[in-house]
Amino acid sequence: MNDDHPVKVEFGDDAQVTQTRVAYVKGDTSIAVERERDEEVMTFPHLIVREVLLFEILLIALVLCSFLFDAPLESIANPEHSPNPAKAPWYFLGLQELLHYFPPVVAGVVLPTLVVVALVVIPYFRINLARESFWTGDVRKKFTILSAVVLPMNIPFVVSGAVPIYSCSAIIYSLMVLPVFLPRGRGILERFRQCALADWIMIWFILVGTVLTVIGVFFRGPEWRWIWPWIDGIYY
Amino acid sequence: MKLINKITAGRIWRSIFRTGLPSTNYRRSLVILNNFFLHLHPAKVKKSSIKFTTTFYLGGLSFALFLILTVTGIFLMFYYHPAVPLAYRDMKDLEFVVSNGKLLRNLHRWSAHAMVVTASLHMLRVFFTRAFHPPREFNWVIGVFLLLITLLLSYTGYLLPWDQLAYWGVSVGTNMIKAMPVVGDKIRFLLLGGNITGENALLRFYVLHCVILPLVLSVLVGVHFWRIRKDGGLQAESAGRLSEKTDLILGEKTNPRKDESLVHSNSIRSK
Repeated sequence: MNDDHPVKVEFGDDAQVTQTRVAYVKGDTSIAVERERDEEVMTFPHLIVREVLLFEILLIALVLCSFLFDAPLESIANPEHSPNPAKAPWYFLGLQELLHYFPPVVAGVVLPTLVVVALVVIPYFRINLARESFWTGDVRKKFTILSAVVLPMNIPFVVSGAVPIYSCSAIIYSLMVLPVFLPRGRGILERFRQCALADWIMIWFILVGTVLTVIGVFFRGPEWRWIWPWIDGIYY
Repeated sequence: MKLINKITAGRIWRSIFRTGLPSTNYRRSLVILNNFFLHLHPAKVKKSSIKFTTTFYLGGLSFALFLILTVTGIFLMFYYHPAVPLAYRDMKDLEFVVSNGKLLRNLHRWSAHAMVVTASLHMLRVFFTRAFHPPREFNWVIGVFLLLITLLLSYTGYLLPWDQLAYWGVSVGTNMIKAMPVVGDKIRFLLLGGNITGENALLRFYVLHCVILPLVLSVLVGVHFWRIRKDGGLQAESAGRLSEKTDLILGEKTNPRKDESLVHSNSIRSK
């Protein structure tokens, strides 16, 4: 174009040099520093193009979705006439399902607060960043501790009849323990063996949340009774 | 072509676009550094951190959805009165009178649901890749609050159509607040502007949905992004790959190289 310099200064499209960062490291915070240097590329165009593409694909997908499915709109709000069942938006149906098992203080206040507090404090725990398997070290001792913690923790759920919650606990507990009793192998069981405790707790949380939400959306009908969606239809 | 060259070389053009065509790496970095909208990016990024499977772009998707929601939301505000029964009639107008009104509302609705999903998945991704390790702890906390605000935004928006679904869906939630000991009734009164879900509640939810919560979200998103940048960009590799190295937090195995750097840094300090 209008650059008519006789000497072309740059040829490559990407960064030629990756800087080395010099940092003052206080012993226990150096994971970021320990990491090996990584190949770098120019943000423009590499990242910017991806961002624009992502945005466009997303928008196209949403528009298509909006053409195919209409947002629900029922008759005008009538405070005199409550639908049966009255359901909250889907992302709160897990909570609403909890109301079925626990008194409102527990389901509506204590448990949600516990969840938020638990999420907030996660990074302040001495969490196992290297994701060391739960079953390292003294397996027998760990098994005892695990059982001694998991079983009493689920007593309140059993007492209050919260079947979905303690069933999820049972599933996760068996998946955790199963690999210990079986010979070492490869495949999925070995991955379970390698899984860290923090990951198991999070998987348990996701499982409980998903199961409660799915039950709330599909398996609850009038009077919050259990229904089969393929027989009675979906009340949502 | 000559005219274009003349314009792009001219004073006015160059006062707006300072960088010129990004034909060299120097100028490519200026594209980022000199642009208000892009300068939160570094000029260079790690190859591994822009790979799809590193993040699944979930944070970016959430932000993109927030932008779409802002734009469609502003359009919807042109047609909406937060009053009973006008609110519901406006929904009908959007459906039958306003050109593309239905598309607008559908887009807003589905984007809102999608944002709840992508923000949640983003949190899980960050958890499972341990991307919240020091010094990013507080950014995780901001992220948790961003997720909560996303839920609140979705929830306050849920009431606005003022149909049976909205009314009773929100009533279920606000009745739950009552269960809070001591302050429950007061908070519910504050939120609803009364003891029942009525016209005042609609107005309050509207203001929360269109002004307060989006503002708070925008500020927190700004801080969230800025902190990512200050903490050295995305975490480029999943922490799983670090497992062969030391667990620096628990400090079980020691890595000689790390000790060396410790000694070295101590000697700097002693000088």
